Amino acid sequence: MADDALFEFLHMEIVALVYKEQATREDIDKERVTCVSTLDAMGFRVGQGMIERFTKDCPTFKDDLDLMKFLCKDFWSTIFKKQIDNLRTNHQGTYVLQDNKFALLTQFSSGKQYLEEAPKYLAFSCGLIRGALSNLGLESVVTAEVSLMPSCKFMPNLKSLIN
Amino acid sequence: DNVCSGELKFHYTVHTSLDVVEEKISGVGKALADQRELYLGLLYPTEDYKVYGYVTNSKVKFVIVVDSSNTSLRDNEIRSMFRKLHNSFTDVMCNPFYNPGDPIQSKAFDSIVSTMMVQAC
Repeated sequence: MADDALFEFLHMEIVALVYKEQATREDIDKERVTCVSTLDAMGFRVGQGMIERFTKDCPTFKDDLDLMKFLCKDFWSTIFKKQIDNLRTNHQGTYVLQDNKFALLTQFSSGKQYLEEAPKYLAFSCGLIRGALSNLGLESVVTAEVSLMPSCKFMPNLKSLIN
Repeated sequence: DNVCSGELKFHYTVHTSLDVVEEKISGVGKALADQRELYLGLLYPTEDYKVYGYVTNSKVKFVIVVDSSNTSLRDNEIRSMFRKLHNSFTDVMCNPFYNPGDPIQSKAFDSIVSTMMVQAC
């Protein structure tokens, strides 16, 4: 189905546009921070709306782990058409979500030369996770890392408001 | 004055009911492990009103206040009112022009609420 490709292309254009608008800045580091924040903020708002819709028909979550499992299965598969491949936690608020074939990275060649560019394409998705968690009552900081495309890891670090 | 004091009374009733909602949702993890429904049922009856509650997974609380004299409204009708509210709220949340936390100004939302209230009377 062409549906998946639509968002993938749109996402690529969004990243390109955000970076192009910042290109006039001379301070490269500041440019990166601003662009990542912009993309993260977009993902955040989308994540809030999506989690509202996806959790509409399910019972309340028992605990944070139950919530993270929902994120890894239902939420991820509705958006990226597959589940998270591996979920790990230290049971103290840090989680690692590993996706071995992340939908937004599959178009990249797997060589090392584009590894540096990859984080730009993860910012929106980090925001997505952060927004989803936020609307469920959990403040977090979400980072991501890539070592071998198209596999990547998202790392939400939770600070629960409820407890 | 009658209208104003009426409105204030509703605000007060709803405000008090929030305490009951909190009690109910904090009890979920412990004894009532199976009771993980969003619908909370009758929160408490006062002499004039019956107050029903519902909490979404995003911790948004819906409260419906019904006149005690209205005995024809059944439990499943209240449940379906909450479902409609939840569905409308989700639509509002997904509206990119809506900023979460702001008062809701959606005409669609208001019209669904008004229709429900008219139907219940």
